[in-house]
Amino acid sequence: MPLDPADWQALWLTAKLATVTTLVLLVLGTPLAWWLARTRSAWKGPISALVAMPLILPPTVLGFYLLLFMGPEGWLGRFTHALGWGYLPFTFGGLVVASVIYSLPFVVQPIQNAFEVVGSVPLEAAATLRASPLDAFLTVAIPQARSGFITAAVLGFAHTVGEFGVVLMIGGNIPNATQVVSVQIYAHVEALEYTQAHGLAGGLVCFSFAILLIMNRVRRPGQRG
Amino acid sequence: MAFLRIFVALLLMGDVAHAAEVRVAVAANFSTPAQQIAAAFTAATGHKVTLSAGSTGKLYAQIKNGAPFDALLAADAETPAKLETEGVGVAGSRFVYATGRLILWSKRAGWVDDQGEVLAKGAFEHLAIADPKLAPYGAAAIEVLEKRGLLETLRPRFVQGENIAQVHPFVVSGNAELGFLALSQVMREGKITEGSAWIVPAGLHRPIHQEAILLTKGRNNPAARDWLDHLRGEMARSVMRAFGYL
Repeated sequence: MPLDPADWQALWLTAKLATVTTLVLLVLGTPLAWWLARTRSAWKGPISALVAMPLILPPTVLGFYLLLFMGPEGWLGRFTHALGWGYLPFTFGGLVVASVIYSLPFVVQPIQNAFEVVGSVPLEAAATLRASPLDAFLTVAIPQARSGFITAAVLGFAHTVGEFGVVLMIGGNIPNATQVVSVQIYAHVEALEYTQAHGLAGGLVCFSFAILLIMNRVRRPGQRG
Repeated sequence: MAFLRIFVALLLMGDVAHAAEVRVAVAANFSTPAQQIAAAFTAATGHKVTLSAGSTGKLYAQIKNGAPFDALLAADAETPAKLETEGVGVAGSRFVYATGRLILWSKRAGWVDDQGEVLAKGAFEHLAIADPKLAPYGAAAIEVLEKRGLLETLRPRFVQGENIAQVHPFVVSGNAELGFLALSQVMREGKITEGSAWIVPAGLHRPIHQEAILLTKGRNNPAARDWLDHLRGEMARSVMRAFGYL
């Protein structure tokens, strides 16, 4: 495949971005999904709707508003600047923040569904055996919702790999920081370098197929009844 | 039955209107002037103009794969020439419809001086440019920086948009302190309305010739030829001048 060093760098960067994003999403998404699955609060509806919002906005539109919010005139930009972190657009950290927002529903919803399926009965049983709520959550709820976590990780990872419009708006195409594969393929197509575009697109498809296959393998032994 | 007759009549009318329609693919930097020129053209001739704006590279790919366009207003001269060679553009129909001007622009008033010395001072974190590989305005910006001996110093601060239209939000949002744009993006009615700017002297880079070409799909559409003639006329020229094209 006719891949040049910049293409390889973009592939590596994409893998790194998708991995970091997925891990952040699992950490943030799990308590959120747990709360959504168990709460009877009136806030459940509005919060669920907010979680699903990134599905509604076209990615370039989402990216445009993130560019405004994270910039010198946006409240998030002022906040990060005040903390001494600088502004997020055109940085790897900025892409992680944007990807977390963009892929949020793909991670929260499968975990929430899995927690809802587990229900409260096993947790009550654990409580009668004097398990603390945290203990029951870690040793009963999470293992039983295992399949939901794997689905969430697969979707979060794949959705971040395929991210394009958001990165286009806030990335600035900087090698090794924001120049991910999807943007690189687009640039090749625009430059009429179709051979390189095909090579990189082929690479992306093979890589993603392999990852999804491996994750599918991981899931199978966990599926019960 | 009366209903059916009206329905058929409406269908036929639709067909008549369709015959006098020009479908134009237009480069992103020329999208706004093209809308104004099209409005005047429609008022003068009654022909409807449908504009589809995009980057020249994307429009090229679409045209090669059968997109229904009668004419292309490109951001460069290479793409129309390529289409002509490949037989998708009508031979001999190419001409330079506009020559673009490059501008160094910042949203901050009184910051960019009229000699572009701000580049050498380097008191900025990000300089936004269009990808020089893809966009003529990006290639022109690189030439200017090379002439000033600043290319290697400033390269690490580049943030790149895929085309010149995409660079604009980077600079307008203040995320990049300054950037190389097309003059047409910030000039309205012959004036730069906001921020501060250095209009790059045309001698500092090769001229940004933007060419138009009649496509084979528009060969038999008289309205398409009228449109290209109109583009050369004084009315269109004055719109272009107001946007800062040469």
